[in-house]
Amino acid sequence: MNIGRINLVLGREFAIRVKKKSFILTTILTPIFFAALMIVPSLIMLNDNGDKRQSVVVVDKSGIVVPYLKDSENIKYTVSDTDNLEVLKSDLRQENSDADILAVFSELDENNNLSLATYSVKQINGDAKNAISHCGDDAVQAYKLSKYDIANLDAIMADLKYKVKVNTYMISEEGEEKENSNEISMALSYIMASMIYIFVFMFGNMVMQSVIQEKSNRIVEVIISSVKPFELMIGKIFGVACVAVVQFLIWIVLTFGIVSVVSVASGIGSDPEQMVAAADATQIIASGDMANPVADITSSGMMSTISSTLGNINFPFIIGCFLIYFVLGYLLFASMFAAVGSAVDNEADTSQLTLPVTIPLILGLFIMLHTFQHPESSLSVWASIIPWTSPMVMLARIPFENVVPMWQLLLSIFLLLVTFVGTVYLAGKIYRTGILMYGKKATWKDLMKWLKF
Amino acid sequence: MNTIVCSDVVKKFGAYTALNSVSIEVPEGKIFGLLGPNGAGKTTLIRIINQISIPDSGVILFNGRPLKREDVYNIGYLPEERGLYRKMKVGEQAVYLARLKGLSTSDATRELKIWFIKFGIQDWWGKKVEELSKGMAQKVQFITTVLHRPKLLILDEPFSGFDPVNVQLVRDEIIRMRDEGTTIMLSTHNMESVETMCDNIALINKSNLVVAGGVDHIRREHGNNQMEVVYRGDAPAAFSSEVFSVAFDEEYKGGRRALLDVVKGTASGRVLLDLVAATEEIISFSELIPSMNDIFIKLVKGE
Repeated sequence: MNIGRINLVLGREFAIRVKKKSFILTTILTPIFFAALMIVPSLIMLNDNGDKRQSVVVVDKSGIVVPYLKDSENIKYTVSDTDNLEVLKSDLRQENSDADILAVFSELDENNNLSLATYSVKQINGDAKNAISHCGDDAVQAYKLSKYDIANLDAIMADLKYKVKVNTYMISEEGEEKENSNEISMALSYIMASMIYIFVFMFGNMVMQSVIQEKSNRIVEVIISSVKPFELMIGKIFGVACVAVVQFLIWIVLTFGIVSVVSVASGIGSDPEQMVAAADATQIIASGDMANPVADITSSGMMSTISSTLGNINFPFIIGCFLIYFVLGYLLFASMFAAVGSAVDNEADTSQLTLPVTIPLILGLFIMLHTFQHPESSLSVWASIIPWTSPMVMLARIPFENVVPMWQLLLSIFLLLVTFVGTVYLAGKIYRTGILMYGKKATWKDLMKWLKF
Repeated sequence: MNTIVCSDVVKKFGAYTALNSVSIEVPEGKIFGLLGPNGAGKTTLIRIINQISIPDSGVILFNGRPLKREDVYNIGYLPEERGLYRKMKVGEQAVYLARLKGLSTSDATRELKIWFIKFGIQDWWGKKVEELSKGMAQKVQFITTVLHRPKLLILDEPFSGFDPVNVQLVRDEIIRMRDEGTTIMLSTHNMESVETMCDNIALINKSNLVVAGGVDHIRREHGNNQMEVVYRGDAPAAFSSEVFSVAFDEEYKGGRRALLDVVKGTASGRVLLDLVAATEEIISFSELIPSMNDIFIKLVKGE
């Protein structure tokens, strides 16, 4: 192998892609999109608190609710001095009306229950509705309890008022305790593994298309009279890898750049941990529909737990693993994609030949969907060690603390590397023959035969 | 001195033998024609010399020593199946191809400018290849093949896609490069250009070497030992000779034309002597040498 020639090929493959308008656009626009995903929810969260207090006019026909109306940050109650609903409703319609919501509690019925009707001009939001109806619930509950004539009721009630506080701790090998939220790890696991899948597929396909293009352009024979076919293939695969890595790095830098600039400007706070927290909370929201258990925490307002958990997650380690597994997984699949590309004359013929390449990739994705919920199952462990599926499955396990022993990680990386070397050698043999074959539609049987030429 | 010597080269693809113990010698500074019908094995042999394929057995010498990887820098190859990156700009692409052949960017750019002016295509530097016509792209392709001044130039159907004016331009360049010492291997089905350009040829048919040698020698070898004389006269002259017999004698443009079957190995002067004895008014006299086209067809059809 001649490194100089490989570098020339690599340089061209890199340059033509990086110069493309589509590359420049996606490289710049994607971080803006990511940043928006991170920033917008935090802005919303901030604005939530700063929202105008809703003013609720209450008509209490039952006569028991008024003591239980408690003003909160978002709601201010005013007890109406009239029962005339028509007047109150028309007041509500006036443009400069102070009242936003009219809440009418009915009289108690024979079972001592009451109902609530709310009126508003704008759509009433869920929080306000819940708050108002809670007042009614509390009032009815208290009223009913008082009917039982229990002695020391107030003391009993105070004693009963208790909510279990949940703290999740992880014990590390050193015996140190850390606060942990499993949902965050699951979200990370899902996101990381999906990204590996998407990018390996995307950039692997790019290599295949590049091979097909050279062949259908008929330039390939000119090129391989100067460069060995294997050097051409390697240059191509690594050229596209460089494009991918450069794109990732730009994305990471730009995303955090935009986020910090906007955060400082909008006063979200420049504390990086807070930003990360906001960022990942967003990702959870984004993936919420795919991973139901994860969606719960966003609504339950556990932001403090989230940020303390995020503080404990080893981001450099996870990002490092992501890059290693992306690069190795990409190299493995790209060399197979290159071999397939060499065997066809045009892209229309690829579907049948790519199947054996894409099956392990898709299998990895399916196993990952199991792994992010069961990172320690034996299926997860084996699939994270066996090459082909390991890039996706291992990345789904890594975000969980103390789940992947070091030996499994090293073994998995080592096996992936060895498999890549073996695969690229065989792919090179197919490629060498394939790029000079025109006309006949090749099958996998032909490809196996070419290994011997 | 031979630029290329192939000895007993064998190449098989599975059960199919593409080259069956083929040996050729390509002399330095000459134009060598590699002939053969489609599928004979020419491209396989050319690919082996270009180190695109590896022979199963046999030896290839380049300038008298075994072929090595670095020799690709001294070879220029214009394949029959050729093309350029369609989305790349002409100049950028030519520089890239030259760098693959070991030239530096600055050398390549300088040389390219000279060639672009010579071919009158300076304006194309910044154009994308997809904007060029086929003939235009062929010009660019030819330049990129010869730019690094290879010792050996292998051209597979170099004239296809060119109009007659450009065929002449390319032909003149090939002759000029030969005169400057470049060895040229020409694979073509155009027998007229073989006759006018090639010094030596080899003909391959069905994976085997059929004939090799100097063009003049081969043509004479495959002649029928016939000579033609055109002379003035109204009636057939009374030719009588020990070295030839008259095959026919006919009227021809106000004179007469006779075809002579000559005893093999007779010098033309000896024939002429007997002709002059019968008639003094000879207009033309020539050996009838078969065209390369006839020889090609005869050999390939196995007559």
